Amino acid sequence: MSDHDYTPKSKVGKWFNDRLPLLTLANHLTDYPTPKNLNYWWTFGGILTFCLITQIVTGLTLAMHYIAHADMAFESVEHIMRDVNYGWLIRYIHANGASMFFLAVYIHIFRSLFYGSYKAPREIIWIIGIIIYLLMMAAAFMGYVLPWGQMSFWGATVITNLFSAIPLVGEGIVTWLWGGYSVDNPTLTRFFTLHYLIPFLILGLVVLHIWALHVPGNNNPVGIDIKKPSKDTVPFHPYIVIKDGFALLMFMIVFAFFVFYAPNILGHADNYIEADPLVTPAHIVPEWYLLPFYAILRSVPDKLLGVVAMLSAILILVFLPWLDTSKIRSAVFRPLYKQFYWILVADVLILGYVGAMPAEGLYLLIARVATAYYFLHFLVVLPVLGFKEKTLPIPMSITEPILGGSPNFAAAKNKESLDNK
Amino acid sequence: MKNFLRLLTIIITLFGFVGVSSAAEKIEYLKTDWSFKGLFGKFDRGSLQRGYQVYAEVCSSCHSMKYLSYRNLSEKGGPEFTVAQAKAIAASFEVTDGPNSDGEMFTRPGKLSDKFVMPYENVKAAQAANGGAYPPDMSVLVKARGDGANYIYSLLQGYEDPPVGVTLDEGVHYNKYMYGNKIKMANQLSDGLVEYGDGTSATVEQMSKDVTTFLMWAAEPHLEARHRMGFKSIVYLIILTILVYFSMKRIWSRVETEV
Repeated sequence: MSDHDYTPKSKVGKWFNDRLPLLTLANHLTDYPTPKNLNYWWTFGGILTFCLITQIVTGLTLAMHYIAHADMAFESVEHIMRDVNYGWLIRYIHANGASMFFLAVYIHIFRSLFYGSYKAPREIIWIIGIIIYLLMMAAAFMGYVLPWGQMSFWGATVITNLFSAIPLVGEGIVTWLWGGYSVDNPTLTRFFTLHYLIPFLILGLVVLHIWALHVPGNNNPVGIDIKKPSKDTVPFHPYIVIKDGFALLMFMIVFAFFVFYAPNILGHADNYIEADPLVTPAHIVPEWYLLPFYAILRSVPDKLLGVVAMLSAILILVFLPWLDTSKIRSAVFRPLYKQFYWILVADVLILGYVGAMPAEGLYLLIARVATAYYFLHFLVVLPVLGFKEKTLPIPMSITEPILGGSPNFAAAKNKESLDNK
Repeated sequence: MKNFLRLLTIIITLFGFVGVSSAAEKIEYLKTDWSFKGLFGKFDRGSLQRGYQVYAEVCSSCHSMKYLSYRNLSEKGGPEFTVAQAKAIAASFEVTDGPNSDGEMFTRPGKLSDKFVMPYENVKAAQAANGGAYPPDMSVLVKARGDGANYIYSLLQGYEDPPVGVTLDEGVHYNKYMYGNKIKMANQLSDGLVEYGDGTSATVEQMSKDVTTFLMWAAEPHLEARHRMGFKSIVYLIILTILVYFSMKRIWSRVETEV
């Protein structure tokens, strides 16, 4: 870290700071040298923080009115929608906020994939990020169960049943998870408890995520190491604060559109039918943000292997910093990787699409091909590409391409110059 | 800015994707001009009041609306009956209350604070009276069906004779908009079934439209407030975004970087 010595100006400030250096921390955060060439894809970190806080604040408010009981949950949600002052607004923000959170996190993850932000020395930031993402999925899934509608109930039944695929102890684990012999009141109350807990775990991990980020500093679109602070950086405040703020406002417009004009479009109509253990919905579909993984799960004919494939699809990301053997970070200088990157994006979108379709005929075939390609990308393409790919010359500093010079420093292509800091 | 447009395009495509994927196996529903759609969509008061009449005279003999209270009928953004009218409507129902000081349940005329009286004691009783099929509670029915308003509007007008080769069991009816085309509810509406107080001609189409409007309000009683607040919020956000954009430009003009 490049913190210069900081002394508060006032006497009181100095007295306090000597005992608890909060002011030093604040100074570090405002002065934090940030690459000045960050594009708008880098604004999603701030947007995600906003999403988390929004979910926590609206969630706390909802929890004051919600009743976690199988006989009363659905009714209490209707009570929130009808009788609680602005309850409809709070609930729609919370429900759509989950979708917005995932939209932002997917952009954030794919930005990292494009610019190689997961590579040394940022592996820990990346792994913490993956853990946050896993916790987000758990929180979102359990949150979707709370209204106790048909999709809540049957979604919970399908997902918890996945654990029954584990040999020998599977059935026992499922009973233990349910707190009974089917999804019922004990399941609801524990899901509520965990749904309440997880966001605070995420908050803690976000602090670590940012802490780990502030050690090496931000990656940037050129993907090279830069001197900090230098001509290539700007202080976080006001430059990045205002830019993140601008992007956040744009994001909030999209968010507001969903909340006010299409609040139910991302949900499933069946969830406005109260849970009925005796009636199975025609199609049980998870929320859109889980669809790619749902497609992977269903594309494998064997239940246990399907679950393994689905979990591997996420956990494989933990090993990404080592699976990608290329020393060049940014896809800008990796012509082949760039193409494979977009194929992966398309692949994941296709998986999402077939995940929403019935698992039969052509859809199933597409799901299988797309699943196979997903793993191929991480297990074969990335490791091989690092050795085979002819990368483009890399500039010495980010000022170079920005000031109109062509990125034509042949010498800099050498990886030594990348790591020479 | 170029970056930004690219980002926006991707986001929109993404949601397009979601839209397409959720639009599987769609039947073409009948369409009508709903006053509650759009940025400024509001309910048509007359239609809501007529819709309540259709509900009360036709639907309510089988379908409950357990999340609504009589006070809702006079609230802003709804049918906006006068308080006196809503009180009279409530009083026309007998509500079981109690226990009183003797430990007995008793009945009394309904009050504004009462929930809509249910046609059956419980789900089982409703099923027993309707050949095993439970007439669903109508409080959130519009939201509980895909494209709910158009669906219900169409369903009410979708009864016809079964095509050749389709045999129906006793008590089952053919409806071209019903999932699987078989429905336990018989055709309920016929021209002139109710007599509208405001002189509107009670055609099947008109009654379907009115009762669907009423059900939309029942499912989404704060829709008007939501639309109003939505417009204000988005205009506010756009203005703020523009201001912040220029502030950002100004701040970033100190460094030689395009933002």
